[in-house]
Amino acid sequence: MHEQTIAELKRGLSSGAFSSEELTRHYLERIERLDDTYKSYITVTKEAALAQARAADAARAGGDAAPLCGIPIAHKDIFCTRGVRTSCGSKMLDNFVPPYSATAVEKLEQAGCVMLGKTNMDEFAMGSSNENSYYGEVKNPWHIDSVPGGSSGGSAACVAAQLAAAATGTDTGGSIRQPASHCGITGIKPTYGRVSRWGMVAFASSLDQGGVLARNAEDAALVLQQMAGFDNRDSTSIDRPVEDYCQNLHAGIEGTVVGVPGEYFGEGLDSAVGAAVEAAIEQFEALGARIKAIHLPHTRLAVPAYYIIAPAECSANLSRFDGVRYGYRCSDPQDLDDLYKRSRGEGFGEEVKRRILVGTYALSAGYYDAYYSQAQKVRRLIKQDFVDAFSDVDVIAGPVAPSPAFRFGAKSRDPVAMYLEDIYTVPVSLAGLPGLSLPCGLAAGKPVGLQLIGNYFDEARLLNMAHRFQQATDHHRQRAAGID
Amino acid sequence: MEWETVIGLEIHIQLSTRSKMFSGASIAFGAPPNTQASAVDLAMPGTLPVANERAFHHAVMFGLAVEAEIASTSVFERKNYFYPDLPKGYQTTQLQQPIVGRGHIDIQLADGSTRRVRIHHAHLEEDAGKSLHEDFHGMSGIDLNRAGTPLIEVVTEPDMRSAGEAVACARKLHAIATSLGICDGDMSQGSMRFDVNVSVRRQGQRQLGTRTETKNLNSFRFIEEAIALEVERQIELLEDGGEVVQETRLYNGETKTARPMRSKEEANDYRYFPCPDLLPVVLDQDYIDAIARELPELPDARRRRFAEQYQLSDYDAGILSGDAATAAFFEQVAATCKDPKQAANWVMGELTARLNTAELAIADSPISAPQLAGMIARLQDGSISSKMAKQVFEAMWNGEGDADTVIEKRGLRQVSDSAELEAMVDDVIARSAKQVDNYRSADPAKRPKMLGYFVGQIMKASKGQANPQAVNKILQKKLTPRD
Repeated sequence: MHEQTIAELKRGLSSGAFSSEELTRHYLERIERLDDTYKSYITVTKEAALAQARAADAARAGGDAAPLCGIPIAHKDIFCTRGVRTSCGSKMLDNFVPPYSATAVEKLEQAGCVMLGKTNMDEFAMGSSNENSYYGEVKNPWHIDSVPGGSSGGSAACVAAQLAAAATGTDTGGSIRQPASHCGITGIKPTYGRVSRWGMVAFASSLDQGGVLARNAEDAALVLQQMAGFDNRDSTSIDRPVEDYCQNLHAGIEGTVVGVPGEYFGEGLDSAVGAAVEAAIEQFEALGARIKAIHLPHTRLAVPAYYIIAPAECSANLSRFDGVRYGYRCSDPQDLDDLYKRSRGEGFGEEVKRRILVGTYALSAGYYDAYYSQAQKVRRLIKQDFVDAFSDVDVIAGPVAPSPAFRFGAKSRDPVAMYLEDIYTVPVSLAGLPGLSLPCGLAAGKPVGLQLIGNYFDEARLLNMAHRFQQATDHHRQRAAGID
Repeated sequence: MEWETVIGLEIHIQLSTRSKMFSGASIAFGAPPNTQASAVDLAMPGTLPVANERAFHHAVMFGLAVEAEIASTSVFERKNYFYPDLPKGYQTTQLQQPIVGRGHIDIQLADGSTRRVRIHHAHLEEDAGKSLHEDFHGMSGIDLNRAGTPLIEVVTEPDMRSAGEAVACARKLHAIATSLGICDGDMSQGSMRFDVNVSVRRQGQRQLGTRTETKNLNSFRFIEEAIALEVERQIELLEDGGEVVQETRLYNGETKTARPMRSKEEANDYRYFPCPDLLPVVLDQDYIDAIARELPELPDARRRRFAEQYQLSDYDAGILSGDAATAAFFEQVAATCKDPKQAANWVMGELTARLNTAELAIADSPISAPQLAGMIARLQDGSISSKMAKQVFEAMWNGEGDADTVIEKRGLRQVSDSAELEAMVDDVIARSAKQVDNYRSADPAKRPKMLGYFVGQIMKASKGQANPQAVNKILQKKLTPRD
């Protein structure tokens, strides 16, 4: 059962081949048996999952099956789940049980999904390797000594290891696309404002966007369809109807103009990764798309700008974790300053502290103009690059990450090397555009992801292109060795 | 050496919306601690702010009332600092693009002239919670009911030159806000709080002196006292060859002393930046025009109308029109008793004095406007004397019912019936042959003074119930020598 896609599971459930309870038990059993190795889950909600599954079966028996009725999925532990610990991968929130659920969680619950548990992640979504989790590093199912990518590394690994049918994730600078790429699965970060941020613990509010990690584009479409939509609790949510992502999945892509930015194939790109991505682009040409070379001239400024804007926002967003109302509090505080300093000093990990410091510095009197204002100007230039490009092309294609999954510890001593992991994903986040990562081959036995970047609210086109590609190829069906 | 005082004000006005600036929680005062704090107000992880449209509406009203520019685009920013009653670790406020731009108000000075005070800008922001330092065994309690309450902060230019002018400005802003209905004006509950920026300079000097800011004054009296104290301190310091240090000070209204809170060097770097959770708010002209059309009468217009319609002195009109609740009370009394002058006297006099003593707002007056009007009507038709009116007022204040009930119950009827009075007068005249002779033989110019004796006798005989005016008339008639 665990090998089936959501589309297949839907058919199996509705034909009565198996029940949601059976399916859920099967997944729970796999998690119990295999996840000690991968550490993709922080919390497994066994009893609640079985109760939800039974409720789904009852609803189906009563002729009231919601679109994803009985499908077992996992949520990144950044999404608040009522009554279930939401740690955000941090010691700071190790004891935090929210009394409310994120809108995305609620919507998927209403769509009938069963929640298996909460997935591991870099602390507060800060990281590209999942080495920054308070709950330990997640292993890449393809290569146990390598990182799964981050920050949604738990979600990517649990889908790749078939420990959930799909998982939610969040992407601030590449946190869905890059782990999807490293774990050989399909991930989509929609347009900023498409999925509500209510109940999603904030890292960098102007960049954070929820999305899906799944086995293939069709599954991603099925889940995103239920997650997306306007939410009046999020002022940055956009009031615009959600397209039917599944309806056009099979449509032909003849004549679609695919832009290939030269800047995404320069120095620093692993040659095997480049070859796999170029082969994928040729595959699109074979499917009838027209390929066009384009330029995104400000690409090289994206990572520096991102590492000002995201830390600046996070420095304020994480101020609420002060040991006063919830979360970690140091023992026996002597006075208010001591309470703040030790609660935050002991509750946050190194990377989180680094970014808070960087952000605080960038916003400080005398530095604001040189850093924050300048970064915002760069952000506008990067956005303009894309706006210009999309006047000529329908979609942009390139690599997700410069190299395949690296070994644990390979970059953790060099933050800048780690930050350059995001070089192709960060521009898309700064522009607020939708981006999709899909497997397009292997490099040294590790998965390579192709990134498709769409115009605003053009998720349906990205999913359609990815689906057509997956109909014609079998990269997405490759399994890591040892995943039975 | 002559010194000139320069004062600017910052005023926090709590807006009377139903819910908070960025959450749906109620802002009603006085609820048990932390019962009006939602997940947003507690800054729980993942919660997000949604701006309250009514707060914008109220801010626009204020802007229009002070003839200010209304910004078509306003932007919320985060002001970062750590404090336990600031749950998010930042206050959401406006800095670079506030909703209300430059405006002005006119204040009436004691000498009858008018001074224009320029408004630098007014911005929307959220209030913090409260730290409670008593009853927690050396620890502090945090009440977040107030956290997130919508405020507008009004910043004036340093256009005031005395404590009196600052108080007049404060009163005017209070009058405008209450007249607009955007604030309940209850200063004892913190609905309006004032920060005063004070500096002094030598008369004729152009450059401003170093200023200090005294924060969180919540009564007009405290504003006056705090400024007087600070001016005196600064002058003394400068005359002794010292320097004023730029600092924030706290005034204690009980001990009438002030102390420094923090100096400029200790000031926080607030690291303002635009709040990414809230998009810039764009107001279209139609929205602003619609609010302009529904603006209620403002204090200046009301003052002019009162002076004209009720034939009041400029001074009386100013006092009665200043505060919306007082104005409404007065107008109701005047309309009911049909004697605006008396209505004005009673509202400004006895009633205001009693309310002040009892520290009550006019809205909480134990005597209602119809009750006061009823009493004035009895005074007018001669049923009671002014002296009796004071008794009736007292009884009504104590909740003994309206004027007629009190008059009836206490037998306070004034005797104005001429036959009854004539009999009394005759009786007194008959008993006072000597005084009558003196009166009649006196210089006519001295007679009115001598009348007092007879009036007194009659008031005594009537147990105070005789109508003195009527008695006077009858006495004059009867005592005047018939030549």
